[in-house]
Amino acid sequence: MRTTRITAPAALAAVLLVCTTACGGGSSTGGSAQGGPEELTYWASNQGSSLEADQQVLTPELKKFQQQTGIKVKLEVVPWSDLLNRILAAAASGQGPDVLNIGNTWSSSLQATGALRPFDAKAFEAIGGKDRFVASAIGATGAQGKDPAAVPLYSLAYGLYYNKKMFADAGIAEPPATWDELVADGKMLTKDGRYGLAVEGGNPSENVHHAFVLGKQHGADFFDAAGKPDFTTPGAVAAVKQYVDFMAADRIVAPGSAEYAANQAVTDFATGKAAMLLWQAAGSSLKSHGMKPGDYGVARVPMRTKDATGPTAVNSMVAGINLAVFNKTANADGALKFVKFMTGDDEQRILNAAYGSLPPTKAAQSDPAFATPDLKVLADALAHTAAPLPQVADESQFETAVGTAVKDLFADAAAGRPVTTDSVRTALQKAQQQMPAS
Amino acid sequence: MARPALPAQHGPTAPPLGAPRPPQKRAPGRSPLARILPPARLRRAWLPYALLLPALALELLVHLVPMLVGIAMSFRQLTQFFIGNWSAAPWAGLDNYRLVVDVHAPVGADLLASFAVTCRFTLLSVGLSWLLGTGAALLMQDAFRGRGLLRTVFLVPYALPVYAAVITWAFMFQRDTGMVNHLLHDQLHLTGERPFWLIGDNSFAALVTVSVWRQWPFAFLCLTAGLQNIPRELYEAAAMDGAGVLRQIRSITLPSLRPVNQVLVLVLFLWTFNDFNTPYVLFGRAAPRAADLVSVHIYQSSFVTWNFGSGSAMSVLLLLFLLVVTVLYLAVTSSRRKDA
Repeated sequence: MRTTRITAPAALAAVLLVCTTACGGGSSTGGSAQGGPEELTYWASNQGSSLEADQQVLTPELKKFQQQTGIKVKLEVVPWSDLLNRILAAAASGQGPDVLNIGNTWSSSLQATGALRPFDAKAFEAIGGKDRFVASAIGATGAQGKDPAAVPLYSLAYGLYYNKKMFADAGIAEPPATWDELVADGKMLTKDGRYGLAVEGGNPSENVHHAFVLGKQHGADFFDAAGKPDFTTPGAVAAVKQYVDFMAADRIVAPGSAEYAANQAVTDFATGKAAMLLWQAAGSSLKSHGMKPGDYGVARVPMRTKDATGPTAVNSMVAGINLAVFNKTANADGALKFVKFMTGDDEQRILNAAYGSLPPTKAAQSDPAFATPDLKVLADALAHTAAPLPQVADESQFETAVGTAVKDLFADAAAGRPVTTDSVRTALQKAQQQMPAS
Repeated sequence: MARPALPAQHGPTAPPLGAPRPPQKRAPGRSPLARILPPARLRRAWLPYALLLPALALELLVHLVPMLVGIAMSFRQLTQFFIGNWSAAPWAGLDNYRLVVDVHAPVGADLLASFAVTCRFTLLSVGLSWLLGTGAALLMQDAFRGRGLLRTVFLVPYALPVYAAVITWAFMFQRDTGMVNHLLHDQLHLTGERPFWLIGDNSFAALVTVSVWRQWPFAFLCLTAGLQNIPRELYEAAAMDGAGVLRQIRSITLPSLRPVNQVLVLVLFLWTFNDFNTPYVLFGRAAPRAADLVSVHIYQSSFVTWNFGSGSAMSVLLLLFLLVVTVLYLAVTSSRRKDA
């Protein structure tokens, strides 16, 4: 009896103690561990064909960094479907990585949250200067007039991939330079269960990229000069309708692609089910599906007219990945060292070659290794005809809202419902109503 | 204090050696530790609650605190500009609520539509799960060869991890390469065109199918357990009186299962109404309108606009609705039971 009398309160005290310590233990940072060697946590985006492939590419480079600086980098490759939510959660809780990759289109939205450490003059000095980067890539790092929220890491742009054999079989000598030509070619190529063009209709991000570029060609921005959403201008409606019409009216897109959201468009192109594909740096994915580099060509994304110039001569977004430093990092100096290492010319050559992207630093981009036919098309677009997605705080909401609206329109088209100017305008209006009121 | 006052000579210290022990109700020889503790009766009353305390504290921490934070968020203008520092977000008063209940404005209208979809979905899914579960439990009641195996097989959907199960369904529902269309279109020629299941109006049917597939084993499990408690004599007596199988089910089985069903239906309702995993894995973050369940809708509204204030307001309304339904349901079913 006595033992129970004594142990019961003791056990209770122990349980309470465990509880309070467990509950109170929320103050440790995700960053450097006390005592041991300096440590950084790095969230990488998924750039290769799988998370494991990314681990394999990055791990030797992180070892190199550790040898140079003594700082150990803990790597986590985060899939795209989770990345933005993970960053938001990190911003809300203050518990996050030290350095992280972000889609460059999110720069302004994340900049507004204050979760990312601004790259002021001093920070740029620490990583070797702002001038090292290509101008268009720097254009997609945050709102104008503010210190960039991130620096470019990998650059990408859209190109028109076409199947050489299917073009030859249909008697088409040249890849299309205008959308009219693309539709005409597409109609010739669409037969026997094969289609002219592969799209990723169920994927809001892909949809919004094309809507944006076509919008530019129609002279429409999705935001007005004051940064307010303006989705229902005639140009924007025409742009979205033109894109959905590839399936709805021109019928050069397989109806099944309305539900594609996991890169099935690339698979369709690689396996000869579609003759053309609008994509960013598809080379390594196509290879993994068994398509040899000689089997396809890469051309510039079409414009509305052959000799388009000025602000409507846009045929790609400035796509790419930026590298950012988390504002609540406990080791800002180490983080900047890591940014300097990753954006250094040597690493830029190695990493971009591994991922099939273009280095956003001038010195590395001029390397002949990046002068392959498809990368030359992308580099040309980035240098001359690419525009960054709107650098406004609500950009990320715009991507989801308009991308989803286009997805719904594709669903209508696939089900055989008519897609009219009115239905497109209504869909875009609904998207705009979802945007923050302020 | 119920403690009887002890005479001084009978104090807690041990009586002198050899002295006769006075008759006592209590056990003598209390240790110094025992002296500072309350008397046994009180201690007995106190200890169980104290032992529950850690669990209670954790329960509060895990459940109540997030709920309260959510309610607090619903009164704030919590947008992307403030997620780094929530406390700096301006107070919004009832603005968030006004926004989400105004059914003439787009946000409220969408929420209402989503709510209607969810109600229809819940009714269908719970109803079908219950029917299947009851039917299977009744059929499995009498012993036959292979009953154990069948029972195990029936429970597989419930035992599978949600993600693995639902992603498999998503593959099967793909239009061009999925097994469902292969069966319906290629083999049975039931449809003229290959239907879409993951986008458009059919997505509702797809969602109900997967939900029922996942839920009914739970109904089956509960009802199988419930059936074990019905005395066989009742059936034997009924058979003697000439009652057929249907009559036996109606007059014996179902009334006896009432307490099980009361809880089962409520739990199924709450789980189904709140189900997030199934639609999210099946359709991704942008669910088709026909299958826009309120849980995903709230998620999407919060993360599309990054306005967690209005998302929280929707969540609070949902919580209130479920509370009201639960209370009403329990009141109605319990009072009926008392009448019976």
